[in-house]
Amino acid sequence: MGAEMDTAADAEDARSDHPLNSGADAPVTVVACPNGPLLVRGDFTLVGTDGAELPRTRRTVALCRCGASVLKPYCDGSHKLTGFRSDP
Amino acid sequence: MKQPSPRGELSALVLSVLAGSRGSGQDALARLDLLAVEAISRTPDILLDDDLQLTLFCLYELHYSGIDEAGDDWEWDPDLLRVRHRIEAAFEQRVRDETVVGPPPEPTSAAVCAELFRMTGEDGGPSMSRFVAKSATDDQLRELLVHRSISQLREADPHTFAIPRLSGRSKAALVEIQADEYGNGLLARMHSVLFARTMRGVGLDDTYGAYLDAVPAITLAVNNLMSLFGLHRRLRGAIVGHLAAYEMTSSQPNRLYSRGFGRLGYGSEVTEYFDEHVEADAVHEQIAGRDMAGGLVESDPRLLGDVLFGAAAGLAIDTLMTVHIMDAWESNRSSLRTAEVAV
Ligand code: FES
Repeated sequence: MGAEMDTAADAEDARSDHPLNSGADAPVTVVACPNGPLLVRGDFTLVGTDGAELPRTRRTVALCRCGASVLKPYCDGSHKLTGFRSDP
Repeated sequence: MKQPSPRGELSALVLSVLAGSRGSGQDALARLDLLAVEAISRTPDILLDDDLQLTLFCLYELHYSGIDEAGDDWEWDPDLLRVRHRIEAAFEQRVRDETVVGPPPEPTSAAVCAELFRMTGEDGGPSMSRFVAKSATDDQLRELLVHRSISQLREADPHTFAIPRLSGRSKAALVEIQADEYGNGLLARMHSVLFARTMRGVGLDDTYGAYLDAVPAITLAVNNLMSLFGLHRRLRGAIVGHLAAYEMTSSQPNRLYSRGFGRLGYGSEVTEYFDEHVEADAVHEQIAGRDMAGGLVESDPRLLGDVLFGAAAGLAIDTLMTVHIMDAWESNRSSLRTAEVAV
């Protein structure tokens, strides 16, 4: 932050230009959580089939892979109720 | 926080000591110690003892936002710490008696995570969230907020005490969770701020401690447990297990709470707090189980038992609070000490 960033709008722009996690220290990793979601961390953009960015309010997200979430594409913990198993 | 009303001889004396100046009243401090010893030996159950739980809560409060009229110097006063320690020792013993921990898993991240999910998946007592979703009245929903206001208006703070006590993977995981709890630096997204908005949305006072006098001992015990675990490095495994258990039992209940408030016509300014937790805690529970708790045990396998104890203790004491609330509601009573405060 410095003199070149002197309005709130500039700060907003900077925030969206530089995602919360970025650069070499934030490689994208996907953890396949046993019997649960895919946990995605790092510098990534989540888009819909039309290429538009999906609403996202946190750095790390959990993507549903059991199909039962009512918050898709995000996990809402429903996999625990449905007894979803990820092992083949 | 404004001074609460005393609930017995011990809390009355501690509040009057705190309101005086440090260094004065050595007699009062000696008497306080004596009263604490007596109260501990006399109480049938410290978890349900209003006087002891309020006293402990006030002594802990000195490490958070303080109490009006209490000088800041009291925080590290050796005489008060001695009294606190006495109550803590009895409290911790009682919690250990209440807590059942199963056979320990391998000290690996995957095994610890699986065990925590197993523990939190077991049905512990009545389901308050299902009741709230389907049939709770407006007054009961407000009671629920009053109980939860003691922890949620400073959500995440007790667990933050653990950050400097961890290192490596478990520390990064805890910070990742806590950053989210604090809205990633956006004031409006801090979970405590969202909760305050929910309270205002149903016409409740969102000042910290506004309803302290209304909540029963067991609600204070739920909060004191977090402070006990958070403020002692010795119990760093327990605070980590406690947080993991909380995160793992949050998504679904919050979805049902949101439904309950929606059912009674409240809008998103009231339900957003709960909706946010459905998504947030589905992320947090994965990070908490595998990286925070599992990572801690992998780096120091001696902490395995503490992690499981912290999780089991959090669940057990929370269940006692739920039982208290549901018992009252099932017999059409208020679950608060002073019903008129809340409504
Ligand atoms: S994976 Fe969690 S709800 Fe589907």
